[in-house]
Amino acid sequence: MYTQALNAKDAADGGAEDADRMARFQARIDAEERIEPNDWMPEAYRRTLVRQISQHAHSEIVGMLPEGNWVTRAPSLRRKAALIAKVQDEGGHGLYLYSAAETLGVAREELVDQLLSGKAKYSSIFNYPTLSWADIGAIGWLVDGAAIMNQIPLCRCSYGPYARAMIKVCKEESFHQRQGFEIMNTLAKGSPAQKAMAQDALNRWWWPSVMMFGPPDSASQHSDTSMRWKIKRFTNDELRQQFIDATVPQAHYMGLEIPDPALKHDAESGHWTIGEIDWTEFKAVIAGNGPCNRQRLRQRREAHESGAWVREAALAHAEKRRRRAAAAVTAAAAE
Amino acid sequence: MTTAHVPLWEVFLRARNGLAHKHAGSLHAADAEMALQAARDVYTRRGEGVSIWVVPSAAIIASEPAEAGMLFEPTASKIYRHPTFYEVPDEVGHM
Ligand SMILES: [Fe+2]
Ligand SMILES: [Fe+2]
Repeated sequence: MYTQALNAKDAADGGAEDADRMARFQARIDAEERIEPNDWMPEAYRRTLVRQISQHAHSEIVGMLPEGNWVTRAPSLRRKAALIAKVQDEGGHGLYLYSAAETLGVAREELVDQLLSGKAKYSSIFNYPTLSWADIGAIGWLVDGAAIMNQIPLCRCSYGPYARAMIKVCKEESFHQRQGFEIMNTLAKGSPAQKAMAQDALNRWWWPSVMMFGPPDSASQHSDTSMRWKIKRFTNDELRQQFIDATVPQAHYMGLEIPDPALKHDAESGHWTIGEIDWTEFKAVIAGNGPCNRQRLRQRREAHESGAWVREAALAHAEKRRRRAAAAVTAAAAE
Repeated sequence: MTTAHVPLWEVFLRARNGLAHKHAGSLHAADAEMALQAARDVYTRRGEGVSIWVVPSAAIIASEPAEAGMLFEPTASKIYRHPTFYEVPDEVGHM
């Protein structure tokens, strides 16, 4: 990924964007060319990407909190090592994505401020609590599973730095989902109490996971242009259906029940159809009224504030060393 | 918020002995030493590298996308720079 320094916006391209440039831009997209940071792009394309990539980055970062909650209580060393590695990966994903967003000419500090001030959104799923160990299994299996469905098409996103970041992310996600499934499967095959714990986690995480794909196509505001610009390749409902079709048989394999009395298999289309999604819950969580919204933001703010002295000290140290090195050069020249 | 901007660095990794360093991504760090440490954590969690370079992003000079045609197009017409442009009779065998 390139740099902020290289991405000072061309002053000449503000204001009127002529139809000619737009047409050439769309032609490049249609020809499956990748758009790179210094290429001309419509302001709306830039804005859409900054919003989407930074929301994605924030989600990775906030996503460390519900799982980090269980690191000290993981039931074995094997599970603990895997969970730490997974949480560390999510931090890494956040960093790759912030870097990709920065190539569009926005500063890292600005993006972090938007998260901490509550101005920016992040995935609704991370506002649900992790109440039992089985929730860690459910998150890896369902939440990372849903994330993979979303992210694989993003590896072909028209914006080069985003697509390349997603390729790295996708390579790492597979382990996340498999370790989650292993946790669930182990519990499901364990004692009745363990199986009940797995079922309870599935009951609480199923609908929020299904909602991760966002509003239905009939109500989604950003979809059309995003599809035209090949930022998105599939609609929310298409991705949601792929997730449901992949996941329902996995639940059945484990002997777990999807908490949806309306769930049925349509023999003709081969798809699983689900019942009504409670979009009022989704809207409430997005609006800041999920079970953990306030706690998540408070934790992020605390982490940021208590790290302030470290950032200051590191910069002061770097500056001191730079000055000393410069002084040594001057002294040597004077000799 | 008044946080000073922490410098940006580009990270290059040598994946295996004998290969060239390749651009892996970028990160923020106060100085070169911290940039190296962060690059190790962010870009080599699964043995992706045996050597790391970090370069201040501001030190990279890039060619202009608008000049790509002028810079690179002329080579497209110079097919005589490629071995397949020249004819060698089959009887001569591999060359
Ligand atoms: Fe992730
Ligand atoms: Fe993940």
